[in-house]
Amino acid sequence: MKPKIGIFSLTSCEGCSLAILELENELLDILGAVEIVNFREGMTERSWDIDIGFVDGAVSTPEDEKEARLFREHCKVLVAIGACACLGGLNTLKNYQNEADYRSYVYGNRAGWFPTIPARPLSAVVKVDFELPGCPMIKEEFLEFVKLTLAGRTFRLPEYAVCVECKRKGNLCLYEKGVICLGPVTRAGCDAICPSFGSKCEGCRGIVTEEAVRAAGVNLREQYNVSLDDVMADLRLFGAYQEAKLP
Amino acid sequence: MADVKQQNKPKSSDGAPPRRAAVKNVTIDVKHVTRVEGHGNIVVRVSDGAITQLELQIVESPRFFEAFLRGRRWYEAPHITCRVCGICSVGHTTASVKAIEAATGIVPTEQTVLLRKLLFNGEQLQSHVLHVCFLAVPDFFGAGSVIPLASTHPDVVKRALKLKRLANDICGAVGGRHIHPVACHAGGFTHVPRPEELVALKRRLEESRSDLGEMAQLYSCLPIPDFRRDMEFLSLKVMDGSEYAFYDGKLYSNLQPEPTEVSEYRRRVIEDVVQHSAAKHCKSPNAPAYMVGSLARFNNNFDQLHPNAKEVAAALGIKPICTNPFHNNTAQLVECVHCTEHSIELIDELLTRGLHDEPLVEPSRFGLGVGSADVPRGILFHEYELDRDGKIVNANLIIPTGQNLANIEADMRVMVPQLLESGMTREEMTLRLEMLVRAYDPCISCATHFLDIEWE
Repeated sequence: MKPKIGIFSLTSCEGCSLAILELENELLDILGAVEIVNFREGMTERSWDIDIGFVDGAVSTPEDEKEARLFREHCKVLVAIGACACLGGLNTLKNYQNEADYRSYVYGNRAGWFPTIPARPLSAVVKVDFELPGCPMIKEEFLEFVKLTLAGRTFRLPEYAVCVECKRKGNLCLYEKGVICLGPVTRAGCDAICPSFGSKCEGCRGIVTEEAVRAAGVNLREQYNVSLDDVMADLRLFGAYQEAKLP
Repeated sequence: MADVKQQNKPKSSDGAPPRRAAVKNVTIDVKHVTRVEGHGNIVVRVSDGAITQLELQIVESPRFFEAFLRGRRWYEAPHITCRVCGICSVGHTTASVKAIEAATGIVPTEQTVLLRKLLFNGEQLQSHVLHVCFLAVPDFFGAGSVIPLASTHPDVVKRALKLKRLANDICGAVGGRHIHPVACHAGGFTHVPRPEELVALKRRLEESRSDLGEMAQLYSCLPIPDFRRDMEFLSLKVMDGSEYAFYDGKLYSNLQPEPTEVSEYRRRVIEDVVQHSAAKHCKSPNAPAYMVGSLARFNNNFDQLHPNAKEVAAALGIKPICTNPFHNNTAQLVECVHCTEHSIELIDELLTRGLHDEPLVEPSRFGLGVGSADVPRGILFHEYELDRDGKIVNANLIIPTGQNLANIEADMRVMVPQLLESGMTREEMTLRLEMLVRAYDPCISCATHFLDIEWE
């Protein structure tokens, strides 16, 4: 029996669902090994008998909450894909503003037509079995998850920082150029794509451990003399829902 | 699920196939149109032959990008706003870097502009191939998705995947990746592709000509629904005729050909909040609705298309001014040919110049700026106001799909009576309306947008 797959979106850009379609070289093999039974963005048919459900997007409206529970009820295994589903993502930036203010800024006196709640990750609402973080989700990691699951083995995320992958690639450390990069505190698995293309890590895969944040905080303050407010702003970009204290 | 209340079922009295009688009462209610990006519903009610309700409802969650941009730093805008949409993240990045550059006095280098255009073409190609082959075409094969086509028409699907892969690899080489590019910033690129990468891409682009030709051949056999409505087509246009307008140009339409500067966009694009849509509707000074996207660009910029693209257009039977919105898909294919040829030209130019690591150009001031690009689904505007410290204090994004919503409803108002008259069944009618929505290639994640702010 091929496992039955559902792909769903809550409040998101749907980039993580699309990332699956960007596995062009492997897509036909994947379609041969699983049966996609529910994927609004890509197909008309819809079934609710689902072995593995992949969900992108944050829970950001009352409707999202209902949908999240529906997905949990109908999926034997529930997987959060991407920064929005795993961390709340960019959507959590609104949580730091006054709700009445951001609603009226965008919709004026008709804000009441468009219900909204503070943005949260999927795991804040229902039990999530696996998370594939990143903005967007790393499609190679998705592929790895599918392969391991089909083989009856358990997928695990790397427990070390982006710096490990960055060093392995031989990149010049951005700190040497005076750039504050979140590589030291962010979970690896992206092959350090941003530093490899000359951009600082923005922490989209979430904080690897609290200890890493503490150590980085001390380094930044004592070695680089950086304002930690700026670092907090950086950390908040994707991960505002996370608990981490800079020393 | 659609529910139907149909009366006056046609009866044949003489055994000949009946010409179906016009339908008088019908309710169409499609929750979450499939094979579009984002969440939208179609609701049509007809009572005694008159339309009592007709709405394309946008039910996507409001996301408040403009609100949470406030307080963020100027250089973050492109990396935040590309997250408006996974399909068109390069388009948002492009409009955003241009708006930030207008607000900061940054003038990008020639190499930066060439690389941006190449990156942009990569996304146009990938988005159009995805839409035409994976989202729109299954309708013509009576399939619910591309998945069954993988077994019935494996060559077609493999060819489409190959084209899509190439488009993504262009974005990968220039921007780091297609979804949320990494290396493209206000002021330049933090990474330039190696010459050998561009040479390899050029070879693949040349090889892809035959794949595109096969696609066009297949597409020319599809029965595109016949529907026409005179409408306004708004797009960018490069006024000296030197280039097909994607990256640069002024605002231009068939009803108002005198060009308008992008910074004056509010004179041409008038927004309005409507209750059944989380995305705002737009009208122009000339019409209650207008169309943006491939067909609009095709109609306004036909002369600037590459000769090969013009040839494909002729083979597919479209010429300007084409007023059948179903041909938006056809125009997308024509643009694929153009983007392929233009990308080859860009690569030649980049290789001839030689590629250099360049530092990012720094801001000389912080103020107000508008940036625009004509992205896969049509013209996109980003506008930012920065404070003295370079933090964003106001932001406004106007998205192509939001601009098309009123036009899709206007099409439906003309189309529904025609469909009723033809005696179509409710299922046939529903499919036809869904196909119309899909022809516009709506990107509803993007379309969740917001308020017109009066700035001092």
